[in-house]
Amino acid sequence: MRVMVIIKANKDSEAGVLPDGKFLTEMGKYNEELVKAGVMLAGEGLYPSSKGVRVRFSGGKSTVIDGPFTETKELIAGFWLWQVKTLEEAVEWVKRCPSPDNMSPDVEGEIEIRQVFEAEDFGAEFTPELREQEERLRAEIDELNKKKS
Amino acid sequence: MTTSDTHRVIDAVWRIESARIIAGLARILRDVGLAEELAQDALVAALEKWPESGVPDNPGAWLTAVAKHRAIDLLRKSKLIERKHEDLGRELEAEQFMASTNFDTDAEDDVGDDLLRLVFTACHPVLSSDARIALTLRLLGGLSTDEIARAFLVPEPTVAQRIVRAKRTLTEAHVPFEVPRGDALAARLASVLQVIYLIFNEGYTATAGDNWMRPALCEEALRLGRILAELTPKEPEVHGLVALMEIQASRARARTGPSGEPILLFDQNRAHWDQLLIRRGLGALKRAEQLGGTLGPYALQAAITACHARARTPDETDWPRIAALYDALAQIAPSPVVDLNRAVALSMAFGPSVGLELVDALTAEPSLKNYHLLPSVRGDLLVKLGRFDEAVVEFKRAAALTRNARERELLLERAAGCVRDSA
Repeated sequence: MRVMVIIKANKDSEAGVLPDGKFLTEMGKYNEELVKAGVMLAGEGLYPSSKGVRVRFSGGKSTVIDGPFTETKELIAGFWLWQVKTLEEAVEWVKRCPSPDNMSPDVEGEIEIRQVFEAEDFGAEFTPELREQEERLRAEIDELNKKKS
Repeated sequence: MTTSDTHRVIDAVWRIESARIIAGLARILRDVGLAEELAQDALVAALEKWPESGVPDNPGAWLTAVAKHRAIDLLRKSKLIERKHEDLGRELEAEQFMASTNFDTDAEDDVGDDLLRLVFTACHPVLSSDARIALTLRLLGGLSTDEIARAFLVPEPTVAQRIVRAKRTLTEAHVPFEVPRGDALAARLASVLQVIYLIFNEGYTATAGDNWMRPALCEEALRLGRILAELTPKEPEVHGLVALMEIQASRARARTGPSGEPILLFDQNRAHWDQLLIRRGLGALKRAEQLGGTLGPYALQAAITACHARARTPDETDWPRIAALYDALAQIAPSPVVDLNRAVALSMAFGPSVGLELVDALTAEPSLKNYHLLPSVRGDLLVKLGRFDEAVVEFKRAAALTRNARERELLLERAAGCVRDSA
C-alpha cells in the first residue's frame, strides 16, 4: 500500500526557523535509509503557511485567503509518500524518524500516517486484467532467451 | 495491545530487519541456510515474548541480539567439537560481531556489502530459476513460505521444499558468501536482474491461471529492484530494470475496466497512469543513461516503455524511435521475440503491410511455433489490412495456444469481432 506520511507544522516550522545542522544531518541519514529500503517514493518539505494561500468555496463562490494560518497544529510542514506492505510497517518506519522535538524543548512534533486511496488497483483480490500486447511481448523476451540458452 | 496487534508489529519489524539480520549472520557463519534458521529462531522468540513483555523500544536490535547469541553459541559448540584454528579466528570475528549491539552501529557500508552478498548468493546460478526466486523472496523480501506459495499459486510444502533444497544446494556446492568480482560480476548480476524481473512479470502478467495480475509480486520486485539500485548505484542495467518496472507498474490501474475487462495499451485512459511511477521510471532511466556506455537490454526495454509513457496520446507515440530501439536490442540480445516486437513497431511507423512482411518471415521460426503472440500479432495486422477471414484463423490459433484464461477470452472475442466485421 501507499501511504502519505504527514509531518505536522510546529511553531518553529511556521516561524520559518530552519532546523539545526545536527537535525538536518540525522534527517538526511533517515531519508537515505528509506531510499535504501525501497520504501521512499517521494517527499517534500513545505514553506511556512505565511507563504501559502487558501481558496474557500462557499455558496457557489470562491474566496482567496492569504496565509499565515493560525491553527498551527492542523498545518503541515512536509510529507513523504511511501510504499509499504502494511500500516504497521509505516508506523515502524516513522518511529525511527529523528524526533523534531529535539530541536527545541518547547516544540512538539507530530507525524500522521494516512493510507493513499488506490481504489481497484492494489486490493487483495485484484480484478483480472488483460494484456497490453506490445508490452507483454517485451516481458517475455527474458523468458524466451532463457529457454534458448 | 492484543496478541494479533503485536504479531502485526512483529511482521512489520521482520520485513524491515530480516534481510539485514540474515546477511550479517551469514557473514559470520558462512552459511546462508544456517543464518536464515537462526534469524527465524529470533523471530519465534519475539512471537513468544513480545505479546507479554510488549514490543521493545528498538525491536530490530532485539532480534539481532537474539540471533547473534544463537550464532555465537553455535560457533562455540562447533569449536569444542572441531577445535580448528580457523574457528578461533572466526570466533574472534564473532566476538567483534557480538560487541556491536545492533546493526545501526555497524558501518552502513558493511551492512550494504552483506546485503549484496546475500543477493548474489540467493540468485546463484547453481540454483534453479524457481529456487532463486523462492530464496530471494524469502531471504531478501522477508516473505513467509506461505506468502510465496500463495503468490505463485503453488502448495506451501512445494515452496518449503524448494527453499530447503536450495539452501542445501548452496551448502553442498560450497558457494562462497561474496560479491563476485571482475568478469564474473556481469554474468552474476544478469542472473540477479533476471530473478527480479521474473518475479515482476509473474505478478504483472501471470503466465497461468485466471487472474492476470498479482500486485504483491510486482510490489516486491519493485522493492527489491529499488534496494539493489542503491546497493549497486554504478550499474546501469540495475537502473534500467528499475526504470522498466516502474513504468510498467505505472499503467496498472489503467489496464482494467470497471467490470474487470481488459484494456489494451492504446485504449487506456492515460490520465490513469501513475505519474509518480512514470517520473521515477524516467529518473531511473536517466541514471542508467548518465552512467555511459552502450545501453543494456533492460535499459533499452525501459527506453522503449518510456516512449509510451511520454506520449500523452497514442498518436504522439514515437514509433520510429521505438523501432530503432528494438534494432539496438536485437543486436545485443537477438531473439525472435524482439524481431516480432520490431515488426510491430515498424508496422505502427510505416504501415501494417511492412509489419506483416516481417511477421510472415518469423512464422518459420521454430522457437515461436507455440508462441501465442505470433498469431495474435499477425491477426492484428490482418485486421488492419481488412483481411478479416484470415485474422479469425490467427486469433483462434492464438487462443488455443495461450495458457491464460483471460487472454483466451479476449482473443476469442477478437475472432468473433472479425466475423462480424467481415459480414
